[in-house]
Amino acid sequence: MKQFLVFIRKEFFHVFRDKRTLLIMFGLPLVQIVLFGFALTSEVKNITLTVIDNSRDLNSRQLTDKIKSSSYFVVNESNIDYNDVLKLFKKNEAKCALIFPSRFGDDLKHNGKAQIQILTDGSDPNTAKTVVNYISNITSAYQQEISNGKPLEYVITPEPRMLYNEEGNGSLNFIPGVMALVLMIVSTALTSVSVVKEKELGTMEILLVSPFKPLMVLISKAVPYLILSLLNIIMILVLAVFVLDVTIKGSIILLFLESMLFIITCLSLGLMISNTTNSQQTALLLSMMGMMLPTMIFTGFMFPLENMPKVFQWISNIIPSRWYFLIIKAVMLKGLGFGYVWKETLILFGMTVLTLTIALKNFKTRLS
Amino acid sequence: MNPVVLDHITKTYENGKVLAASDVSFEVASGELFGLIGPDGAGKTSLFRILTTLLLPDKGNASVLGLDCNKDFEEIRRRIGYMPGRFSLYQDLTVKENLDFFATLFGSTLEENYSLIKDIYEQIKPFNNRRAGKLSGGMKQKLALCCALIHKPEVLFLDEPTTGVDVVSRKEFWDMLKTLKQQGITIVVSTPYMDEAMLCERIALIQTGKILTIDTPGKIIAAFPVPLYAVKAKDTYRLLTELRKRSEIASCFAFGDYVHITLKDNSNESQTDQLKQELIQAGHEQFEIKRIEPTIEDSFIQLMSQTYGR
Repeated sequence: MKQFLVFIRKEFFHVFRDKRTLLIMFGLPLVQIVLFGFALTSEVKNITLTVIDNSRDLNSRQLTDKIKSSSYFVVNESNIDYNDVLKLFKKNEAKCALIFPSRFGDDLKHNGKAQIQILTDGSDPNTAKTVVNYISNITSAYQQEISNGKPLEYVITPEPRMLYNEEGNGSLNFIPGVMALVLMIVSTALTSVSVVKEKELGTMEILLVSPFKPLMVLISKAVPYLILSLLNIIMILVLAVFVLDVTIKGSIILLFLESMLFIITCLSLGLMISNTTNSQQTALLLSMMGMMLPTMIFTGFMFPLENMPKVFQWISNIIPSRWYFLIIKAVMLKGLGFGYVWKETLILFGMTVLTLTIALKNFKTRLS
Repeated sequence: MNPVVLDHITKTYENGKVLAASDVSFEVASGELFGLIGPDGAGKTSLFRILTTLLLPDKGNASVLGLDCNKDFEEIRRRIGYMPGRFSLYQDLTVKENLDFFATLFGSTLEENYSLIKDIYEQIKPFNNRRAGKLSGGMKQKLALCCALIHKPEVLFLDEPTTGVDVVSRKEFWDMLKTLKQQGITIVVSTPYMDEAMLCERIALIQTGKILTIDTPGKIIAAFPVPLYAVKAKDTYRLLTELRKRSEIASCFAFGDYVHITLKDNSNESQTDQLKQELIQAGHEQFEIKRIEPTIEDSFIQLMSQTYGR
C-alpha cells in the first residue's frame, strides 16, 4: 500500500514538473470552453428574414417595422404560404421566417394575447438560437411599448420552431461535448504517454524488476489521471456556470459519477494503447487520431448524428463518448435523473469493463 | 547451486532473424565478480534481461539464486538488483526522491540498508535536491547504483555501468564494486571496455551471441597461443596495409600507434629481424618491432578470428 501511495506521489511530481502536460491538461479545456463559448456563438447581422403576414393589421405592421429597423435583419415580405416557406428552407434560400397568424391584431386587442411563429433552420443551431433571441427581444420591447408601461396588457408569445432540430440543442450542446473531448484527451492521451514514457526512458525495466506488482504499475499510473480529470470536470463546470451562464439542472453527484465512469473508460483506452506501443509519439498519435477524431465526429455535438448515413450511425454506437454525451446532456441540461440514463450508463459501463479487461490482460510482465 | 546459471540459452529476435544469444552456458559462483566482455551488439544486454526475468529465452534454462527465471520470476525480482545499460531513473525527480521512491518500491527504506550504500551515497549527497537529469554521467551512475543496491540484493546485475563515464569515475566505480563484493554480493557486470576485464575475477568473452571463452583474465591471456609482436612506424596506415599483404603474417590489427601481429611460423626467431630489415628498406621511418605480452583485447581478437575463421 505504501508503495502504491509513493508511486502515485511520483506520478504527480511528473505531471507538475512538466509544463507541457500541465498545459494540455488545464490549458486545453480552458481554451476550448472559451473558444466554443464565445467564438462559436457568433453574432448574426443582416440576415434575410422572410415575413409572412396573414393578418395585415396595424399591430403586425408595427412589429414588422420594428424588426426592419433593427440592423440584424433584412426583411423580405412575401405572400407565399406556409408550405412554400418550408420549400424555401429546403432549398436553403431561407434561414428564418416570421409568421403572423390571421387575426393577430384582433387577438392582441381583444384577448390581450397573440402568437407569432418563428421558423429557423435548426441545422445551424447557433444562428437559429440567435435569431429567435433577437426576434423575441424585439417582440417584448414592442409589447412593453404598446402596453404603455403598464403591467403587460398585451402579451405576444413567440412560438419558435427549429426545423430539423426540434429539440433546439444549440450553443449549450458544446459543454457536454467539450467535457467528453477534454476527458478523452487528458485521460487517454496523457495516460498512454505516461506509461510509454517509462518504456522509452528505460525506467519500465526497473519497475518490472522490482517486487511491485506489474498490474499495480498500471493502476497507480491511472489513479493520478483520474484525480486530475475530475479536477478538470470541476474546472469546466465552474467555467460553464460562471462564465457562460449555463445552469446545471440535474444532480451534480450523478454528473460526477457518470463522468468518473467515462474517465475510467478513457483511462482503460489509454492503457490499452500504451500496451501496444513503445514510443511516446506513436502513443500520442494513436490517441489523438484514433480517439479524438472519432470523438469529434461521432459524439454528436459538432455534427448531428441523425443526419449521418446509417453506417456512420452504427459506427457511432461503439464510440464511448457518444453515450457519455447523451448522459451528460440529459442530466446537466435537461435535469433528468438516473432513471432516464440507466441504459446509456449500462452501455458505457460494459465498454469500460471490456476495455479495462483487455488493457490489464495485455499488460506484459516482461519486456516484449 | 551457483547463484547464476545459464544453461544452453538461445535467444533470437524478429522471428529468428537476429541472433542475440547462441547456446550460451556459464555459471557464476557465490560472491564472485563476473564480467561479460564483448563489443556492442554482442548480446550482453539480452543475457542480462534473461537473467533479470525481463525476457524469456527461446531455448535453454536460466536460474538465479536457484530459482527458475521463467517460473519464479516474482521471487527473483525481490532478491536481485539490476542496473540497466541506459540511465534508467526519473530525470525529473531529485536524487533524494529517486532514492526514496526506489527504496519504497523495493519494500525498504533509505535508512535500512544505509551502510551498504553509504560510501557511494555520500558522494552524491550534496546534490540531494538536484534533479537526476541534471547530474553528470558519473554521478548518474552512482545514483543508479545506489538505487539498485537499496534493497540489499543478493545478486547484482550491472549492464554496462561505465559506458559514457569518464576515466576517473570509471575507476571509482570499479573500486565501489570491489567494496560491494567484499560484502558478499554476487556481481555480474558487462562492459565493452577490454581494460575493465582485468578488474573482474572471471570473465566471459562474448561476440555475436557466442561465448568465446570463460576463465580468469590471467588464464585467458596466458592461453594466447603464439608470440605477439608490436610493430610501429611513422606512417601507421601504410605499415598496416603493407603488413596485411605479407604472406608470413598470420594476424595484424591496429592498436593505437602500434600494429599487433602474429606470425604463421613461430619456429624461427630471426623472422622478425628479417621483417624489420625489409620494411626499413621499403622506406618506413622510425620503425620498431618488439615482442609484447598480449592483453585481453588481443586474446579477444585472436579468439574471434579463430571462431569465425578470419
